[in-house]
Amino acid sequence: MARAAVRGRLNWTLGEVVELTDETPRVRTIFLEVPEWPGHRAGQHVDVRLTAEDGYQAQRSYSIASAPEDGRLAITVERLPDGEVSEYLVGELRRGDMLELRGPIGGYFVWEAGSDGPLLLVAGGSGIVPLMSMLRHRRASDGTVGARLLYSSRSWDEVIYRDELERLAAGSNGPEVIHTLTRSQPPGWKGYARRVDGAMLAEAAWATASMPMTFVCGPTSFVESVAGGLVLLGYPSNTVKTERFGPTGG
Amino acid sequence: MEGEALRLDGNAIAGTLGEMFVQEMTEARIACKGCGNVEPVGAEHAYVQAPGIVLRCSHCDEALLVMTRTAGRHRIWFPRSHWLEMGEPTDS
Amino acid sequence: MGYISRGFRGKRASEREDGRLPPGQYLEDRFPVLSAGPTPHTPPDEWSFAIEDETTKLRTWSWEQFRALPSEDIRADIHCVTKWTKLDTSWEGVSIDTLLDGVEHNATHVLAFSDGDYTTNLPLEDVLDGQAWVAFAYDGQPLEAEHGGPARLLVPHLYFWKSAKWVRGLRLMDHDEPGFWESYGYHIYGDPWREQRYAGD
Repeated sequence: MARAAVRGRLNWTLGEVVELTDETPRVRTIFLEVPEWPGHRAGQHVDVRLTAEDGYQAQRSYSIASAPEDGRLAITVERLPDGEVSEYLVGELRRGDMLELRGPIGGYFVWEAGSDGPLLLVAGGSGIVPLMSMLRHRRASDGTVGARLLYSSRSWDEVIYRDELERLAAGSNGPEVIHTLTRSQPPGWKGYARRVDGAMLAEAAWATASMPMTFVCGPTSFVESVAGGLVLLGYPSNTVKTERFGPTGG
Repeated sequence: MEGEALRLDGNAIAGTLGEMFVQEMTEARIACKGCGNVEPVGAEHAYVQAPGIVLRCSHCDEALLVMTRTAGRHRIWFPRSHWLEMGEPTDS
Repeated sequence: MGYISRGFRGKRASEREDGRLPPGQYLEDRFPVLSAGPTPHTPPDEWSFAIEDETTKLRTWSWEQFRALPSEDIRADIHCVTKWTKLDTSWEGVSIDTLLDGVEHNATHVLAFSDGDYTTNLPLEDVLDGQAWVAFAYDGQPLEAEHGGPARLLVPHLYFWKSAKWVRGLRLMDHDEPGFWESYGYHIYGDPWREQRYAGD
C-alpha cells in the first residue's frame, strides 16, 4: 500500500475563471487559474463553495477534468434540474469571476500512469469527468497500458467530450471507447442502445485474468449496478473502485 | 428519486475529513465492529444529507463514523468502527 | 464566512414570511430528503406499530389495523435543524392520543424507534393533546419511502429530526434517553423557536 502524503490542512482558496466551454447543452467546463495550485492526480476532485450576500452557503464537489500535466485546472459541471449550485456554475458564472474552492481532494479514486494492469473505466453520464482526467493523463504520459472506456449516455448529443474521445481512440495506443446510448440513438447507430447490464459488461470488460484496475463513476444506482455486475464476472472487489455522484436525472 | 440515490461514498466526505485530518483519508482503511470487514474509507457508504455525516459499512450498514459540526467545532464519533489505519506519512 | 459569489442567491423561496420563520431558518419550497442511512422498504404485510414499555409490548397494530383507526388531516409548518422551513405542509395521520388511548403507564418520556437504527426521544407531554401523529400520507398521497413511508412520526412543533421516518413504535420510558442525533450532540428537546439545535443551546 502506498504511503500516505501529508499535504497540510486543506484550505479554501480562490480561483479565477479564465475560460468557459460548453460541452453539451447542459454541461460546461470551467477553466480556472488558481494561485499556488499544488498539482493534482487524475481522479481527484475539488469542493466548490458559493456564498450569497446574506451569508447563505452551498457547497458541492466536482471532479477535476484536466490532466495533471495540463497547464490549467478544469472542472466539468452538469446543470441539474433544481440544482442551485450547478445552475449558477453553468448558467451565471462568467470569465473573470472568482470561485472559492479547496483541493485537490481524494486518494482512493485515483489512477496514476505506471500503475499495473489494463485500465477499465465505466462512466454513467457526468461520471465521465474524473475518468476523462485519467485518459488525458494516460495520453500525456504516453501510457502504454491498455485502456477501455464503457460510457453510458442518454443520447449522442449528451455525450460529454465526444469529439476528444474520438481523437483519443484514434491515436496510437489510444483507449478503446465503447458507447451505449440509453434513450435515443442517431440514425444508423450500430452500438449498444440500452443500460449497462451483465451481458454488456461480459462483452466490454477485460478478462479477469489480465488483472485490470477498474474505476466506475456516475449516479449511485449506476455505480452500484455496474460494480455488482463486475464482481459477478469475477473481478475482485478491491480492484473495482467506485465514486458515486448521487442522484441525477433519470 | 429513490432514497438509495442519496447514498454516496467516502469520496464525498474527503473534504470534510480533510478539515480534521492532515492525511488524505479516502485511502485510510477502516474496520467494522459489526461484521469485521475492512475497507478503504472511499469504498464505504456515506450519507451526507443529514444533520451530521454518517459513514456506514458497505457490508452490514453499521455506522462507522459520525461527524457533526457545532459552533465552529467538528466532532467525529466512532460508534461501530474498530480501528482506522493509514500509511506512514511521506515527505511530499 | 466565505467569499461572496457574484450573483449567487441559491434556490430559496424569495418571499419573507416574518413571524412564521423560527430564528436562523430560511424558507424552502421543495421538500429536501435527509437521511442518516439506507432507506428501508418494509412492505405492508411485514409492517407493525407497537406501543411498548421497557419490558413488554403493550399494544400492536398491523398495517390494516392501523389504517382502520380514525385519522385526521394535519396542516403544519415544518422546521429542519439544517435550517430550512417548509410552510403549510399537509399530512394525514393517526394521532398519538388515539394510539395511547387506554394504555396504562407511568411514563414521562417516549423513545420513538424506526426501521434501521434510528431513534429519537421526546417528553410524553409533547406527543399528547393533538401535537403528534403517526402520518401515512403527505400532500394527499401515500407517504413515499424517501420521506419516511409507509409511516413516520410527525411532531411539527419540534425540529424535524424528532419526526422519525420509518417509525415502528414508541417505547414508554420513565426517564429521558437520547436517541440517535441526540447522542451525537443534538439538543435533547429541540424547540426551533428557542433555536435549540445542539446540546447546550
